[in-house]
Amino acid sequence: MKTQEYTPLFDESEMQTVKMHISKYPKPMAAVMPLLWMIQEKYGWISVDAMRYVGDLLSIPHDHVLGVATFYSMYFKKPMGKFHLQICTNVSCMLCDGYKIFNHISDKLGIKNKEITPDGMFSIEEVECLGSCATAPMLQINNKEFHENLTIEKTDELLAKLRNSN
Amino acid sequence: MEKIILKDIPDLDKIDVYISNGGYSALKKVLTGMKPDEVIAEVKNSGLRGRGGACFSTGMKWSFMPKGNEKPKFLCCNGDESEPGSFKDREIFEKNPHQFIEGSLIAAYAMGIQAVYVYIRGEYWKWINIMEECVADAYKKGLIGKNILGSDFSVEMYVHKGAGAYICGEESSLMNSLEGKRGYPRVKPPFPASVGVWGNPTTINNIETLANISEIINKGSEWFSKIGDPKHPGTLLYGVSGHVNKPGVYELPTGTPLMTIINDYCGGIKDGKDFKMIIPGGSSMPPLTKEESLTMKMDAESLKAVGSAIGTAGIIVMDEDTDIVHVLQRITKFYYHESCGQCTPCREGCGWMLKVLDRIMDGTGRHSDLDLLISVAENIEGNTICALGDAAAWPVKWTIRKFRKEFEAKIKDENIELPVLNKVHGLRKSDEYVSIDTNENILVESLIGKVQEITVDENLKRYSS
Ligand SMILES: Cc1cc2nc3c(=O)[nH]c(=O)nc-3n(C[C@H](O)[C@H](O)[C@H](O)COP(=O)(O)O)c2cc1C
Ligand code: SF4
Ligand code: FES
Repeated sequence: MKTQEYTPLFDESEMQTVKMHISKYPKPMAAVMPLLWMIQEKYGWISVDAMRYVGDLLSIPHDHVLGVATFYSMYFKKPMGKFHLQICTNVSCMLCDGYKIFNHISDKLGIKNKEITPDGMFSIEEVECLGSCATAPMLQINNKEFHENLTIEKTDELLAKLRNSN
Repeated sequence: MEKIILKDIPDLDKIDVYISNGGYSALKKVLTGMKPDEVIAEVKNSGLRGRGGACFSTGMKWSFMPKGNEKPKFLCCNGDESEPGSFKDREIFEKNPHQFIEGSLIAAYAMGIQAVYVYIRGEYWKWINIMEECVADAYKKGLIGKNILGSDFSVEMYVHKGAGAYICGEESSLMNSLEGKRGYPRVKPPFPASVGVWGNPTTINNIETLANISEIINKGSEWFSKIGDPKHPGTLLYGVSGHVNKPGVYELPTGTPLMTIINDYCGGIKDGKDFKMIIPGGSSMPPLTKEESLTMKMDAESLKAVGSAIGTAGIIVMDEDTDIVHVLQRITKFYYHESCGQCTPCREGCGWMLKVLDRIMDGTGRHSDLDLLISVAENIEGNTICALGDAAAWPVKWTIRKFRKEFEAKIKDENIELPVLNKVHGLRKSDEYVSIDTNENILVESLIGKVQEITVDENLKRYSS
């Protein structure tokens, strides 16, 4: 496959990590998920160009990478807010007022599901069960920290803290 | 009651603490004194059944793996844990990760595995980090890698991070995902033991299943087989959520009465209320009514007897004020969202069921909708590549069957269109639920979609309640 003309998205030391990921599996294609994660970690989201880049690194077709990136909901195909709030509304959270938390955040930030605030600080998403049902309601930030046993007060404090951390 | 997995030992997640409490001695025992077949026989005799939902005999599953070494063999540890109401494997990653690692190493020895992949859902960021550290620690101690503990057994172990797809918990989807493809389930047969990941023999086991192995080796299959229900022995990590005072994960023997779990361990229903419905094993399992729950024992056979199943032992409790229709709508929305889209019945059927439930919630539902939902569910069930179709169909079918009044109460429409269909198709099952408006004229949507006005004839009125 012909390598395209573009500036590499990974530096030397990141290329070592790429090699490490490829070495974990019998076939290079299997490293596509870890590599997409690396892109998202570094750039916050995964552009179509980045998908092409990953395809070239692994010598697999670009459209295969596109197919994978679009199948999995945690890969962001467009830029998200600096703080992407993933609020669970599945059954157990719903029973414990998960929708109340979602609607409160949505009203407070003035954005709907999958929208971003004009200043780019926050985006929100209604997500499925995150395996935190006993500590419902809950949310996750940027695919990372869980914030559990939420109340309206705790949610407000969290939003204020995030805003001030800027 | 003695616990097998969630032992009350502080810092058991640290490898040194685990070792000083007898950890990795079972691995040593099999490497120095047991043949692979003996290990499989021991696990088979213990009666251990898979904790990932299907309850299949673990020893039996291992014995399906080919014996020779012509092709590399793989073990996939299923930590995708995405079934709503399930959060038990996360507890193992956090509280006793090395017991799971030890179990998977023993499994690897028993089946002649070359590499173990631990597939963890991408949302479990914290627990993925924990597991990567634990695996690295075990490598450092010579417990994973080449010539483990000086034996001639070698195996590698890798953690693979998912990226948000419930379907990847289904074993063949997990394998495709691991190969770097979209997580589409595969048609079976061939089964994973013959054609698995990268076309090689593969076994897929749940995290909790593997976490039981070392104690079976240490204490013997007979000891294990005597815990809990004889047909489904051992303990389960019951994850209780919803309207209880103390939700959480409780490790108790199989066959523990549901009411014991809810009242004695979870402190009863919140705000002193009564309860209406309990889902016993994650959101796809048929729900239990209050009457069924009062005498229910939590094991595979007891739940099977009432048409439900133990699933992941994720217990979701709903109090007397819960809107059951809303619950079913939310559950259906989940399966609609997570359907991979390969099979028409699942892809379209989930969407139809959600649409109909949406309109019942809106107050624009029709009486015929309840039978329609059951009919769609029954046409998904058994007609798909993987069991997600069934997982979506069961809650719809059984919640409506068991809680029909809740649904009827949401349907205001008394002007039903069944009479016309009856003229064409004769009497339908649903007629016993039909109540016809006393108005002489009702609006009916004809089969070709036009709205026409007809007069209810006297014959039809006899169906009215
Ligand atoms: C839609 C779907 C999702 C599943 N999700 C999981 C899961 O998250 N974790 C799991 O262990 N098994 C899950 N399973 C069951 C697996 O296919 C498989 O039966 C199980 O991992 C085998 O392990 P066991 O024999 O140790 O139970 C799922 C099955 C289906 C149909
Ligand atoms: S049943 Fe649903 S999830 Fe399973 S393969 Fe078919 S479409 Fe995909
Ligand atoms: S339902 Fe929200 S974390 Fe499980």
